[in-house]
Amino acid sequence: MLLQIVRRTAILLASLVVSSVLVFAFMVLLPGDPARVALGVNASESAVTQLRQEFGLDRPLVAQYLSWVSGLVRFDLGTSYVSRAEIAPQIVDRLQVTMWLVVCAMLLAVVIAVPFGTLMALRHRRPSGLALSALSQVGVAVPAFLAGILLITVFAVKLQWLPANGWTPPNENPTQFLRQLVLPVLSLGLVQGAVLTRYVRSAILDVQREDYIRTARAKGLGRARALRRHGFRNAAIPVVTVLALQLATLLIGAVVVERVFVIPGLGSLLLDQVSNRDLIFVQDVVMLLVFAVLVVNFVVDLLYLVIDPRLKVGAR
Amino acid sequence: MSALAAQESPTASGTSRVLDVQGLDVRLGRFHLLHDVSFTIDRGERVGLIGESGSGKSLTSLALLGLLPEDARIGGSVRLAGVGYDLVGARERDLAQVRGRDVAMVFQEPMTALNPTMRVGDQVAEAITIHAGRSSRDGGARTDRAAVRTRTVELLDQVGLPNPADCARAYPHQLSGGQRQRVVLAIALANDPALLVCDEPTTALDVTVQARVLDLIVRGVAARDAAMLFITHDLSVVATVCERVLVMYGGRVVEAGPVEEVFRRPRHRYTQGLLAASDLDTAEPGGRLPTIRGSVPPAGAFPDGCVFRSRCDYATSECAVLPPWTGTDPGHGFACIHPAGEEAAR
Repeated sequence: MLLQIVRRTAILLASLVVSSVLVFAFMVLLPGDPARVALGVNASESAVTQLRQEFGLDRPLVAQYLSWVSGLVRFDLGTSYVSRAEIAPQIVDRLQVTMWLVVCAMLLAVVIAVPFGTLMALRHRRPSGLALSALSQVGVAVPAFLAGILLITVFAVKLQWLPANGWTPPNENPTQFLRQLVLPVLSLGLVQGAVLTRYVRSAILDVQREDYIRTARAKGLGRARALRRHGFRNAAIPVVTVLALQLATLLIGAVVVERVFVIPGLGSLLLDQVSNRDLIFVQDVVMLLVFAVLVVNFVVDLLYLVIDPRLKVGAR
Repeated sequence: MSALAAQESPTASGTSRVLDVQGLDVRLGRFHLLHDVSFTIDRGERVGLIGESGSGKSLTSLALLGLLPEDARIGGSVRLAGVGYDLVGARERDLAQVRGRDVAMVFQEPMTALNPTMRVGDQVAEAITIHAGRSSRDGGARTDRAAVRTRTVELLDQVGLPNPADCARAYPHQLSGGQRQRVVLAIALANDPALLVCDEPTTALDVTVQARVLDLIVRGVAARDAAMLFITHDLSVVATVCERVLVMYGGRVVEAGPVEEVFRRPRHRYTQGLLAASDLDTAEPGGRLPTIRGSVPPAGAFPDGCVFRSRCDYATSECAVLPPWTGTDPGHGFACIHPAGEEAAR
């Protein structure tokens, strides 16, 4: 067990190093000089040179990389080339907003997917199951931003039940916070829920065919109880994998949905800095997203150890 | 266990019948998989069910437990001692109460028959607790956690697992195939069922372990004076374990009778072929065993009339009509127009 954790931690660290090199290399390979890009085409040559010196962009690439990474480790993300403000506090600020969105959407997706996926599996040959299946297929096909626009049209513009956009911190006005959170979470969560539902369905269908479910039924458990007591935990293994992959999709989806709903999250920050041509800022945000995805996968690996006793080598 | 056996000693009235299957008929989709299967098993009796793969043996066993697929269309009747209703057509809720209590099953694949994410002891304990509330035999005493644990370890000990208390805490992957099959047996025997159905319980095991597991099954059944239906294609196992035998082919019982008689003087040509294929004495000079020509057709592709006539060397045009059952009752006789042993009799 301990060995497994150590192994997985080592893999996490190695992936972080590799991905940081990739992100850094990608930014270096982009055509154009970051200082010139930041200052714009009309900047004088001396201003560009000054900026390059100020941010150490004239140093060798390896030195630049090392100082960037050593900064990351200390959570010192440097200062913006454009606004010259500290980057870290801004990211933390925006990250809180995005986390609300992503976590709520994820919860919504799970809350939708587990019961509906199970129902679809149990009734996979009956009309009700097929109807649900078709509905989820539609859900899979709708991109989150389109779902967002549709939701705004119906619930904000037509029915006027909820605000169309905006963001209020939860400690400022909890009611307004929740009202504004509903539509963006729905547009992210419904789509992810539809995708996840299909995975839950096939996982349950697979598990139902397993011999140990038959054993459980031969003991005298009803169909539903056999599935609940013996099926869910086994079905959870593939579903958790997909869940981790989806979290990455959600982070990316949030970038777009934040735009649609005018939410000051990490996504809008990223887009703003891209249009500001603030390369170091973009580099930091991308690295943070990569970090988040890797950590989620790491946590999922640990979850497997909890769910599946076969992985705890030498546990007995 | 001996006390229990004494308590359930056969009554004078002779109503020791445990299982009564009449005209069992199963269709799945457009396939007619079981035809008019009839047989009975009495208390303490061990009956073998033999035939090649695809002859309908496992399907018969699943029908006895009400574990056929939901969309299967089932006809006939399956009556079990102590159960007031016909298992064919019974509601799933009622069937669930019967399963594991009155009839239990040992499956073929010990490697996959246990839940990999649950401790072995919990899986045995579950079999006890499911029926604890409903069993009047010892009131609610079994619901007590400590009692269930004690009983679990006791059951694991009975099936010959070393350090049963430790085994109870193990996960299935930590046990060998033979050990897992013992656990499956412990689960099946947990509620002292009147009927134990074994579907090739030793086929997937190492030869060295087979005999030991077989012995445990027979002892477990004997201790409970339970009836047993033993499905296998290993004829030597039937010869050692069973008193009577049913021979199945193409979803029909083609021959039935005491093991001694059927194995010594098979009447149906299929039985004869099966025996020849496993009898080392009849081996050809090259040391090869004779085989039944052709192979078992896929479901739905069996011929009309005698199901075996497409592979039978003795088949004539008369065999296109379903051969009648020759014999006193469904438990003793055969369905063949050109039976073996006739030449000698004349």
